[in-house]
Amino acid sequence: MPQIIKDGVVVDDTWVRLSNEQIDQDGIPEGGDIIVPLSVWQAQKDALLKRDGAVGVCLAPGEEPAAIAADLDQLPLVAVDFPAFKDGRGYSYARELRTRFGYKGELRAVGDVLRDQLFYMHRVGFNAFAVRADRDIHDALNGLKDFSVTYQGDANDPRPIYRR
Amino acid sequence: MYVYRPHDQQLLNERVAQFRDQTRRYLDGQLSNDEFLPLRLQNGLYIQRYAPMLRVSVPYGMLSSTQLRALAKVARQWDKGYCHVSTRQNIQYNWPALEDVPDILAALANVEMHAIQTSGNCIRNVTTDEFAGINGKEIEDPRPWCEIIRQWATFNPEFAYLPRKFKIAVNAVPDEDPALIGVHDIGVQVLQRDGETGFRVLAGGGLGRTPMTGEVIGEFVPWPHLLAYLEAILRVYNKYGNRDNKYKARIKILVKALGAEKFRALTEAEFAELKDGPMTLTAEEVDAMRSHFSAPAYDAIDDQPAALQEALASDKAFNRWYHTNVSRHRQAGYAAVTLTLKKTGRAPGDITDEELEAVADLADQFSFGEARTTHQQNMVLGDVRQDQLFTLWQRLDALGFATPNLKLLTDLVACPGGDFCSLANAKSLPIAEDIQRHFEDMDYLHDLGPIDVNISGCMNACGHHHIGHIGILGVDKKGREYYQITLGGRGDKVSRIGEKLGPSFDTEQVVPIIARLIDLYVEQRQPGEQFIDTYERLGIEPFKERAYATDH
Repeated sequence: MPQIIKDGVVVDDTWVRLSNEQIDQDGIPEGGDIIVPLSVWQAQKDALLKRDGAVGVCLAPGEEPAAIAADLDQLPLVAVDFPAFKDGRGYSYARELRTRFGYKGELRAVGDVLRDQLFYMHRVGFNAFAVRADRDIHDALNGLKDFSVTYQGDANDPRPIYRR
Repeated sequence: MYVYRPHDQQLLNERVAQFRDQTRRYLDGQLSNDEFLPLRLQNGLYIQRYAPMLRVSVPYGMLSSTQLRALAKVARQWDKGYCHVSTRQNIQYNWPALEDVPDILAALANVEMHAIQTSGNCIRNVTTDEFAGINGKEIEDPRPWCEIIRQWATFNPEFAYLPRKFKIAVNAVPDEDPALIGVHDIGVQVLQRDGETGFRVLAGGGLGRTPMTGEVIGEFVPWPHLLAYLEAILRVYNKYGNRDNKYKARIKILVKALGAEKFRALTEAEFAELKDGPMTLTAEEVDAMRSHFSAPAYDAIDDQPAALQEALASDKAFNRWYHTNVSRHRQAGYAAVTLTLKKTGRAPGDITDEELEAVADLADQFSFGEARTTHQQNMVLGDVRQDQLFTLWQRLDALGFATPNLKLLTDLVACPGGDFCSLANAKSLPIAEDIQRHFEDMDYLHDLGPIDVNISGCMNACGHHHIGHIGILGVDKKGREYYQITLGGRGDKVSRIGEKLGPSFDTEQVVPIIARLIDLYVEQRQPGEQFIDTYERLGIEPFKERAYATDH
């Protein structure tokens, strides 16, 4: 079973992330925990919720959290996709999910997720990381510990250094 | 100046360790070129034509003598004995080896210096007026606000992978723009209203491929909300800035595309949520920052002491230098002195290790141990007693830093250009040198008065050519170097983008064409008019006619 980093430790991943193409080809599996693209969630919300198994939504760059703000209570997991790690929109999406919309569920970074971005990702609110499959996930874990000092408030502690 | 607290030092040490490990993993092949690229850029490291270029941050241009000596040591030990003052007040090394960079950063960290976010698509060094804190015209010292912004921007987790680079400048002088805030991604103008500090916030200015001046987004942002307002703008930009085309990715393109009104509405919506939240600045924090920039222990002395007046009367060369390179100071009896780093035959802004140490010694002896870098690639000793100006001038003269050409035609600004930079389309340094050689007669230069000449080797505009009274841009046409001239740009009282004169010129035509433009000015000027005044009165047409006249 694939592994992810969740809450600071490496664990087995019980979720399956489905692309639009996979769903078009094979349909939605009847059981198991699945992560679907936003468009699939929006089109088939009721059917997805009636399935046997949990459902999470994946936001791609350009798909803002406001699109699922009303659904967050029903979503135990939200994934934010980084097709390329240099595209930083997902950092603002994570921050909005945690701070603006008060999302408390699993917030997972997926896609081009690498060790050297994990510290920032964790600070904006991600608590789970699907590290790119060709990389050593245990090595990536070190990225969460790059710094002990921060100046700004963040999703985990909103207080900037001058209010701590 | 800002003195590090233990956590600031801790952060820097951790950064050095992080970058050392990243470099090791890159050299081991664990990080690909593409993956290492933004990591090294966010540490100021470019791969240039011959070697990496390391850009060291000089926050808002302030340097202690200790830091100057450390910069000298880096130049000597890891470079070729010199470095370069950039147009954003930073220091650049052109010849470090990649393997040595972690050690260089460790040496810099010992003196509270770093290369954090001096490049890459992140928030860059915050800049301000080189006379900040000593300019009698400013509303208040902008540096505490610069430092507050610097800390907010440093390793800000949300804004490390922006669509493009992001530059913020702060100005506290009314009705002038010494920090060029009009051509920054965000320009912050310090204001006071009913005794309370606030900020006019501009967004969407910038040079580069599509130069434009910024739009006012926030008319008056009260001081406690400065960071919340900046964060709101950055979030709008991070979400909506163009990421498909790097030439359309700066915030100026977004502001232009949306229009200032729509951009403002988006910003205000974000701001409404952040306002009065945990980011709100506290009076204690602002006071603590201000205390870092309190005035040094000035002596109670008068302006224009006898020693100065005698020297001015008896030494013509000193007198000339005094009138170009010495600036007024808010404190009676003191003056600010600009050291022009514009020796003919040397790249503008270059300074050697020994010169850096000499400046450090002079700073200790004459200016409370501090010096400043300027966006015009010079250095400043900011707090010099007027009765010591003559002694200082003699010392500077011996070092070659007393050329009385500040703001004159030969005090030109140029990027490293095609001699060093792999982005450049054309060389800029030989053009600079040709101009300096042609206009070397000091009497003539002084007669011409202030003329800003700015040279960039490519569209990226590191030489700020758009805001030169005379701007020169290197372009490549079928493998040959040509130069396009713009006129009427300004980066003095206002920020203004220059107008293209016409078709570009061959390398050897540049100096004769500039000489023609200058001749026209001399013929047409009215009493008291500077080059830029005459240009603005006449418009570009007569200059165009003169430049392209075939019978001349």
